[in-house]
Amino acid sequence: MSIALPPPHAGSSSRLEMPGTLEMSSAGLYCPAGGFHIDPWRAVPKAVITHAHADHARSGCGHYLCLSSGKRVLRERVGASATIDTLRRRETMRVGEVDLSLVPAGHILGSAQVCITHRGVRWVVTGDYKLEADPTCEPFEPVETDVLVTESTFGLPIYRWGDPQETADAINAWWRASRDAGRTCVLFAYALGKAQRLAAMLDPSIGPIYAHGAVMKMVRAYRDSGVRLPAIDQLAAATRRAGGGRAMVIAPPSAAGSRWLRTFGDTSIAMASGWMTIRGVRRRRGFDRGFVLSDHADFPGLVQAVEASRARRVFVTHGSAASFARFLCEQGVEASVLATRFRGEDGSDEPASDEPSGQQDEARDPQQGEAS
Amino acid sequence: MRRFAQLFHELDATTRTAEKVQSLVAYFRETPAEDAAAALAVLSGQRQRRGVTTTLLREWAAEAAGIPLWLLEESYAAVGDLAETLALILPDGREDAASAGLAETIASTIKPLAAASVEEKRRIVHDAWQRLRKDERVVWHKLITGGFRVGVARTLVARALAEIAEVDAATMAHRLMGLSAITPEAYRALLDTDAQVHDPTRPYPFFLASPLDDTVARLGDVAGWLAEWKWDGMRAQLIRRGDVRAIWTRGEELASEAFPELIAAAERLPDGHVLDGEVLAYADGELLGFQALSRRAGRRRVPAKQLQEIPCVFVAYDLLEADGVDLREQPLAFRRERIAALGLPVFGGEGRGPASACGHADQEDRPHLFCSPQVVATSWEDLARARETSRQRGVEGLMLKRLDSPYRVGRPRGDWWKWKVDPLEIDAVLLYGQAGHGRRASLHTDYTLGVWDGDTLVPVAKAYSGLTDAEIAEVDRIIRQTTRERHGPVRVVEPTLVFQIAFDAIAVSSRHKSGVAMRFPRIARWRRDKRPEEAGRLDELRALLPPLPPSRAL
Repeated sequence: MSIALPPPHAGSSSRLEMPGTLEMSSAGLYCPAGGFHIDPWRAVPKAVITHAHADHARSGCGHYLCLSSGKRVLRERVGASATIDTLRRRETMRVGEVDLSLVPAGHILGSAQVCITHRGVRWVVTGDYKLEADPTCEPFEPVETDVLVTESTFGLPIYRWGDPQETADAINAWWRASRDAGRTCVLFAYALGKAQRLAAMLDPSIGPIYAHGAVMKMVRAYRDSGVRLPAIDQLAAATRRAGGGRAMVIAPPSAAGSRWLRTFGDTSIAMASGWMTIRGVRRRRGFDRGFVLSDHADFPGLVQAVEASRARRVFVTHGSAASFARFLCEQGVEASVLATRFRGEDGSDEPASDEPSGQQDEARDPQQGEAS
Repeated sequence: MRRFAQLFHELDATTRTAEKVQSLVAYFRETPAEDAAAALAVLSGQRQRRGVTTTLLREWAAEAAGIPLWLLEESYAAVGDLAETLALILPDGREDAASAGLAETIASTIKPLAAASVEEKRRIVHDAWQRLRKDERVVWHKLITGGFRVGVARTLVARALAEIAEVDAATMAHRLMGLSAITPEAYRALLDTDAQVHDPTRPYPFFLASPLDDTVARLGDVAGWLAEWKWDGMRAQLIRRGDVRAIWTRGEELASEAFPELIAAAERLPDGHVLDGEVLAYADGELLGFQALSRRAGRRRVPAKQLQEIPCVFVAYDLLEADGVDLREQPLAFRRERIAALGLPVFGGEGRGPASACGHADQEDRPHLFCSPQVVATSWEDLARARETSRQRGVEGLMLKRLDSPYRVGRPRGDWWKWKVDPLEIDAVLLYGQAGHGRRASLHTDYTLGVWDGDTLVPVAKAYSGLTDAEIAEVDRIIRQTTRERHGPVRVVEPTLVFQIAFDAIAVSSRHKSGVAMRFPRIARWRRDKRPEEAGRLDELRALLPPLPPSRAL
């Protein structure tokens, strides 16, 4: 059975024209043959969720499906009353006319690539992913496919991550030096995923670890899911100075410049993100330190994932999509940009955050986050 | 090189002045004189001759990284810094490579580039890439491309060296002024606690005024202040010591060759005199404006025709040294009396010409050195009225200087203020956006704005954002969403955003499509309340043009 795929136009937007398998609807990617959306932008009857970041997992859907390891975290996001079904790793389920399975993506706990087989043709939607080892989530697994829809948040060759262990050493060295100078460390990281990954990298012998309420909520969800993390205390008002200049505080970036932060007295402030690669971005954000650490694939990682998929057709979305698609075309891969509501056709990156805006919303009010 | 790269990144990582100074102190204490001298030269803005074009560097780096050139360019647009882009895309070098010192690195990998053949250049560059780590490469690229700008003011370097030498910062700033060859010996001499500056060509550190951000009434009794016109020229020091005659710009450039008539005029000053003042382009009793002056500045040799067309004068407002004695600690009132004693004619070039230069004095007798006139007033109201006439006079406003002030170093606040005339303003529409550099990398912060000419929008100003960070982010988002076309880093947008732009002056320009050029255009505020149709018109701008002096349209 043949599928009419549009000719590739590198750098230009291309609609998915794949009758019956996947299409771009007003609520995002939709699979008519299966009757479900993938990471819908608004509430729909059936949603398959790649991971629980706020721009991928919205509340209010009739029915959710995710990887079993991500259920507890998704529950935190979509609420106690939501109906969440799960698939085990590589377990296949018949949905309408398609076979559906979920394969770990290595982005955060429970993140998955969505694999759809329809009329003998396989489609893989990666969601967000990374190839590096991360003790707080299952590793990325490459899947061979006919059509690949890949993210390209960091789709420029300037983005090449170092060894995460070296980053961990650098963070711990910074903590040690700050402690010796009597300064509290504040490390900004996204409340879900990055914060827990960082916590697992910290050396708890250096001092006490505290977390902002928004981070703490997800720390609990990780622990409930069986992820081992060092002792972390939620920072209540009374204990703010308890660290005595020895503490590491993990907080969402939205807490930057807040009154909450100012109560720590003398601090050294750092951010851990892939965007910290660029010196200008580091300087603009005014942090004392910037650690390059991302839960997305770097440029070599994206190339490697595309190659491993052996896809004959690739759609690219997010970040430097236009550049990455053009690069793939020049490498002989049929690739084009898949427009999304958020980034549109814009191929450029978005250094303000490597996290959905909604993710920061939850932590917008640190006072509230702290109380929760 | 590793230690210098570390210094660079430390300076880059903090915005706290005290921390920058401490990083510098630590660096200079730990570093042998040879490398320290090289570092000081770099930090003082001395550049190596560019030995390899950035075009070649881009090609070689793209090749080494295994990426097409266009992708390197896209990366550059995201990073906003070529040196850093190259460092980020290049594959890692050799792990075991030993780091050479800064002086040796310059001597072995930068100096030889200029005379090398393309093949040799390529070998030198590749070899250096192999031996340098990512953090060192950024700095090395900046050195070879001449784009080394580290966020550290000279005053901070002076403070750090002053701390090491145990002298005060003003003394060190003076020792550093106009230091031409920074050899290891010169560096050691700088740090010698008892050393004196003997070099007769050397200027004094400039005292700079701050913009007045308060009402003049708070400055106290008007009688305690000297008011002068704020000339729109080039701040400079004119030196006459023995056989030495020199003119230095505020940027510590020796500009003697650009202004031969002023060097000739300095001959008439008594020995051992240093004047602080303004260079102005001025002919037949008319100020020719900054644009004309900028054609003269920075030249090595001035064509005779230009000397004729754009003659320059020096208008003195301070005397820093008289008869070989440093007067900077004396009150301004005293220094002004000493200028008066020199008998320089008082400049009257507010559009009419100085009294003493009126008439038809021949070429030889035309004076080139003047004294800046005092704007006499008995009240702040008088001065406010005088300030209102600034634009007709072709000046930028008033300077207010405390009569009892010493001549300080740098820009300390309190004694000298610039009280500029309120800017001109017009509402303009955003036409193009371009990503900024450095701190503004990958944010669209460089805006081209236009006004209506009939029913089309013509570009009239390029302004860097004067918006808040939140507004910049919002405008950046709108630019991305409303992009109509992309030309490399420039995005042509739908005309939807209106900004009020402020500018100091406007002049006729044949180089701009609109026929006008603004001086210092900047964004005053975002007019969210206005639609593009309601923006200003070219006619309104033309109406602001000053009347042209006859036959002097430049």
